[in-house]
Amino acid sequence: MRELWQFTKLIRSKNAGPFELTFDVMFKDRAGYDLVLKSGVLSAEAIAKIYGVALEEIRLFNIEQILTVKFSIPRKVFSGDVSDTDVYGGQFHGPLVRLLVDEP
Amino acid sequence: MGNKIKAVAATGNLSTGFREESLVRAVNQGAHFVGCDGGSTDSGPYYLGSGNPRGPRQGVKRNLQRILGESLRAGIPAIIGTAGHAGGRPHLQWAVEIVRELARENGWHFKLAAIDSEIDQGTLVKAFRKDQIKPLSPAPPFNEDVIREGQRFVAMMGIEPIQCALASGAQIVIAGRCSDVAIYAALPVMQGIPKHVAFHAGKILECGAASVAQRLYADCMAAELDESGFTVEPPNPELRCTPQSVAAHTLYENADPYMLIEPGGRLDTTAARYEAISDRAVRVTGGQFVAAEKYSVRIEGAALAGYRSIVIAGIRDPLILGQLDHFLSSLHAAVERKIADNLAPLPGAYTLNFRVYGRDGTMGPLEPNPRPEGHEVGLIIDVVASSQELASDILPLVWHPGLHHPIPEYQGLISNFAFPFSPPGVDVGAVYRFCVNHVWELDDPCAPFRTTWETF
Repeated sequence: MRELWQFTKLIRSKNAGPFELTFDVMFKDRAGYDLVLKSGVLSAEAIAKIYGVALEEIRLFNIEQILTVKFSIPRKVFSGDVSDTDVYGGQFHGPLVRLLVDEP
Repeated sequence: MGNKIKAVAATGNLSTGFREESLVRAVNQGAHFVGCDGGSTDSGPYYLGSGNPRGPRQGVKRNLQRILGESLRAGIPAIIGTAGHAGGRPHLQWAVEIVRELARENGWHFKLAAIDSEIDQGTLVKAFRKDQIKPLSPAPPFNEDVIREGQRFVAMMGIEPIQCALASGAQIVIAGRCSDVAIYAALPVMQGIPKHVAFHAGKILECGAASVAQRLYADCMAAELDESGFTVEPPNPELRCTPQSVAAHTLYENADPYMLIEPGGRLDTTAARYEAISDRAVRVTGGQFVAAEKYSVRIEGAALAGYRSIVIAGIRDPLILGQLDHFLSSLHAAVERKIADNLAPLPGAYTLNFRVYGRDGTMGPLEPNPRPEGHEVGLIIDVVASSQELASDILPLVWHPGLHHPIPEYQGLISNFAFPFSPPGVDVGAVYRFCVNHVWELDDPCAPFRTTWETF
């Protein structure tokens, strides 16, 4: 089994405005994109579990044209608020990087 | 063959740089205008709330000198959006003052339009009472108290106020809070380029050279727009765009990669095509612009949340690390009593937060594994209070008891925190929060914005 980062050229999170976070997982090639999609590690259900958000709060896009999985979730704490930990939202992708991907 | 408009983005943000020769090349290739974005909400609510611009002033001045100098040399307009980082009145004034200095120092002659986008509280209350303020999602609660307690509000202008300024002969436009896309769409739409082309090109241009295949450094980006699409090509021959790099840029900082909400409507890129026309240039077609039923602009606002004082400390003792959550929660309870005894603060006058790096300091409640697994953690004792004096007074009532807070395994006085600094704490200053995520429905897209003119 390999880890998610081994299939990708970029994994990042970022603010999409102060009230939402957006995540981009960009793949190196078609084979890796297909394999990861099939494995389910980036399904809405899996994302909901990792980030503790409700399914209906997740906007998930599988963008075949640029071999990218993108999802967006509302921020529980708005950017820069008193208890915020990441004003730019740039480190929330950490738990995705080493996800184990099932290979047939 | 209809109109062709060449748009140039000097760079993604006025405070970052670009290669001067790239800008000169783009202008010499027949640019119709140069645009540059000067701000963002990305760095949090501080700049909007405090009224302080984000510098460095010297860097912004140098970049403005090059952008305005090139535009004036070629006799084309320069359009700067979101002046001073947050686009409020003090931010706009800061940027205009820099432009005045430059005009004086360089002996430039031009007509300047400065577009103020700050909204007075009275105006906002009136709009609220007329039911013109509608929430986006997720939105904090909004009412007249929020308006009155807010420190500063701005409306994010679309293309129309910029077009009015250009139509009245502005050579340099300095805008307050402004849609990044509008900087680049305003002039092309005036010249008959369809909105779906102009808005899509604006989205690609707004981050400068961020849409190239390998971004080596911050630089310019150029696009040629016509009635059916646009071609994007970096003026710097060392950089190149690919269909993937351009398409991928529509993802950036955007929650929905196919839908870009702008004042007056939305750009739908679901059916967009990105085709290589050389090894450096990409042709983009197929975006759709869907006009909104009601024209609206986004409102941004910041409210004062308090004043912050912090202490930084390290914890290395494995026995404390083994019971860290309990250690900190029992310390929290103990110091709350101490603060109440010593300072008798009003209810809700302060918040105390232990930020633990090595546990969940980076991700907070989104951390799926909130357990310290390393041999040490970094601790920030974070106090936000109703005054700086109170926050400052609370600090020693936390760090000193914390230093000696007992654990059952040890008998005798212990020192739990490694402070790297003396004094251990520092006053950070005012803390703001974004207090609104709403739009304002308008009959006239220019109504909230006031343009002032200066001739040099």
